[in-house]
Amino acid sequence: MYLLEVRGLTKHFGGIKAIEDASFKIKEGSIVSIIGPNGAGKTTLFNCLTGITRMTRGVAYFSGRTISGLPPYDIVRLGIARTFQNIRLFREMTVLDNILVSQHLKIKAGFIDAVMRGRGFLSEERTAREKALEYLDFVGLREQAPVPSLSLSYGDQRRLEIARALATDPALLLLDEPTAGMNPQETSETMKIILRLQKMGKTIVLIEHDMKVVMGISETVIVFDHGVKIAEGSPEVIKNEPMVIKAYLGR
Amino acid sequence: MRQFKTRDVIRKTKPALIALWFSLLFLPLKGVKSSLLLFVLLSILLFFFKFFLRHGTSLQERICVLRERIGKKRIPVSIPLIARYLAIVGLLCLPFFAENYLLDVVILAGIYAILALGLNVVVGFTGLLNLGYVAFYAIGAYAYALLNVKCGLGFWQALPICIGLTTLSGFILAVPALRLKGDYLAIVTLGFGEIVRLILNNWDSLTNGPNGISGISAPSIFGSSLEALNRYYYLVFLSLVLTYSVVKRVRFSKIGRAWIAIREDEICASTMGINTTRYKLYAFAFGSLWAGIAGPLFAAKMRFVSPESFTFMESVLILCMVILGGQGSLTGVVLGAFVLVILPEVLRGVQSYRMLVLSIGLIAMMIFRPQGLLGGIGRERMREVGEKQ
Repeated sequence: MYLLEVRGLTKHFGGIKAIEDASFKIKEGSIVSIIGPNGAGKTTLFNCLTGITRMTRGVAYFSGRTISGLPPYDIVRLGIARTFQNIRLFREMTVLDNILVSQHLKIKAGFIDAVMRGRGFLSEERTAREKALEYLDFVGLREQAPVPSLSLSYGDQRRLEIARALATDPALLLLDEPTAGMNPQETSETMKIILRLQKMGKTIVLIEHDMKVVMGISETVIVFDHGVKIAEGSPEVIKNEPMVIKAYLGR
Repeated sequence: MRQFKTRDVIRKTKPALIALWFSLLFLPLKGVKSSLLLFVLLSILLFFFKFFLRHGTSLQERICVLRERIGKKRIPVSIPLIARYLAIVGLLCLPFFAENYLLDVVILAGIYAILALGLNVVVGFTGLLNLGYVAFYAIGAYAYALLNVKCGLGFWQALPICIGLTTLSGFILAVPALRLKGDYLAIVTLGFGEIVRLILNNWDSLTNGPNGISGISAPSIFGSSLEALNRYYYLVFLSLVLTYSVVKRVRFSKIGRAWIAIREDEICASTMGINTTRYKLYAFAFGSLWAGIAGPLFAAKMRFVSPESFTFMESVLILCMVILGGQGSLTGVVLGAFVLVILPEVLRGVQSYRMLVLSIGLIAMMIFRPQGLLGGIGRERMREVGEKQ
């Protein structure tokens, strides 16, 4: 029922309490938004969940297994993928290669296979390539496959990040501000992509500042302020919650 | 507006300007006539180089479309391919008309090219600065020397042991070094290089200290010795081809992609499922493996090894080859090795100025083409398009 369960997650950077005792559960197949003012600890939360930083206290269970303390590459293997707020593509690689890299875990070939170039290796590479093109199709970037990723436009870079996260075959996608810096049209396209991801059976947690996106697609909204979870509920409830209005939404 | 125009003019005349700069450098050394010749040759060469870089990709794409239309998978019409075959045929025929001096230089260049390809795995692919690569070269060379002189093993019996030893030492260096990044890593690798050299220099009972080890035998095949330069040339040539193709195949596999991903963004690579520590370890081991071939080749050619051949400057020289050729580009790195070995020989005519000319050339290179001779994304992209066929 619950895909992700976080209990008492705490992260301190020296004296700074980035996250304090956060607990929440995320239902399988849902879209959850995390909102809050800058510095509320949203990205730190993602970093803790993906193993980039180690949580100070608390536990996180992902489909029944504890993921706290695991390195990032093992967490991906279990099925959590993410995108980054400040786009982190492999800039000098082509768009296609970016996706191929994220299929790393699916390709089994080792050194010997790579040197021998046997039939197994070649078919594995071909499958990976075809899959990569499918993922690019999904976000509408197929045409750009042979282009270096740094030459993509800003919106396309964000979408490539989504495709790349998707290529690791995750059950849970953590999207860190997927529409930041996009124009209204690009934003609505990205919203459509997120809804399609949900239809594919993915669970999505997104950090977002654009209220149109948050209120438009999420089933649950979690609000953070100064590292503390101050509210959780459906968009309608959150909209009228006095604490949230005071801390973040304003009048 | 006006400023924009001047910039435009400079951009268009850049090849000619570079050529002018070089020929002016030569003016006091070689006289007006040869400087003029150099100017004309260089400007033509640079112009074509630039033209090819700009239009190479679209040319390649057009050829690909053509191939698709004809419906055949492989027609060797692409320009880089033709150039490559010509170069290979030329290199194969070299011993038939070249004198021993030239062969000697090319053999050395080939050995350095193998080293540069190995270092390229660590520096160019994975982005880890290694200033002690010469240590692996030394270990390979000394391993063969000792196995040959003290244990009486032949070249082919000793070679696997040498390769194993250098790969192992790559692992051993990598384990402590991987906790470090950037400058700190560079310092540790530099220290490693010096430690190996000092051990070779001071362990008199085993390595004969600064006097080195002499009387190393040349390899032979089916009873016939490969000692003669023209035969040795082919041995080095084959080793280089082997190195090149194996490194290339590994580069265009999951492993190579993981290395590049680590170079581009390590944290992001780890969230894509790449065990970054393990792959950096692989890079070090796989990179130093090639020194286990180059080392014995060097020892068997010289018939003599001493610590003097494995100083820090050698590491720098190999690093220069990688950077000059273009980090990450395989053909570029081989080209870089050949340029840096052959150019000083060509410049012997200007005697004491040659190091000056060489270093000025390198500086100019870094200003005008910081990505190296054949480095940069353009190449990657071309390769990608070509490979889809």
